[in-house]
Amino acid sequence: MKWVMAWLAGLLFGAGLAWSGMADPQRVLGFLDVAEMWDPSLLLVMLGAMGTYAVGYRFVVRCPRPLLDGAFHLPAERRVDARLLLGAAVFGAGWGLAGYCPGPVLAGIGLGNADLVWLLPAMLLGWWVSARWLRR
Amino acid sequence: MSPAFAPWAALGGGMLIGLASLLLLVTVGRIAGVSGIAAGLLPPRLGDIGWRLAFVLGLPAGAAVWALGVGGLSVASHAAPWRLILAGLLVGIGTRVGSGCTSGHGVCGLGRGSPRSLAAVLVFMAVAMLSVFVRRHLLHGGVS
Repeated sequence: MKWVMAWLAGLLFGAGLAWSGMADPQRVLGFLDVAEMWDPSLLLVMLGAMGTYAVGYRFVVRCPRPLLDGAFHLPAERRVDARLLLGAAVFGAGWGLAGYCPGPVLAGIGLGNADLVWLLPAMLLGWWVSARWLRR
Repeated sequence: MSPAFAPWAALGGGMLIGLASLLLLVTVGRIAGVSGIAAGLLPPRLGDIGWRLAFVLGLPAGAAVWALGVGGLSVASHAAPWRLILAGLLVGIGTRVGSGCTSGHGVCGLGRGSPRSLAAVLVFMAVAMLSVFVRRHLLHGGVS
């Protein structure tokens, strides 16, 4: 049941990415390019997603536990440290380079996006390599 | 060339993403951060694989269902392979080191009012905009 709900969440998330246009790197780059014909779409996507989540979150976390698990697994860390900022900067550089963040990459597999022949293995390698660094 | 601005699709799609993230929270009790969930499979840890794999497999399925129902989405940018490879490496390393991406920090983190996520979002947005500005307007002098 846990797997079914996680899959359903992924399914809706992927459909949302496709619907919102965020699976299209040109649209993402249109938002990131503030100097020319700025496309505010990504801002609306973020506001829609974040607003919905913010409202629901307040009700959900009042429950003693989630429906299918013993406890909520929420990040407890609140400190802003150098590692967070460095990682965010590296991610931002890569995001701006091609217009892909992880959600649209994985969803894009279902759209047969040819860019992913190059980008997906590189992203997986990046995850794997940095997991090894961080464990040291 | 950027596609035409479609505000209702952006807002509707965004709300669906928010609902999907809430569903994961209500049922499994997890933050719907795509990079965290997927990278947690590399390497896989025993007893922590099923829900991650299920969510990750749902993403392309959902996009495919949407594309089949609404019409073909042709989205490849056909950028040069070196650019796609470098972008993939930076996105992979950066999201792992920075503990999240647009979904984990952006949607869920901001929605929860996390100061860490706010800092991360401001940094990756600013650097991404700067990266695009340098590439499109300082180096090439045109849209690419």
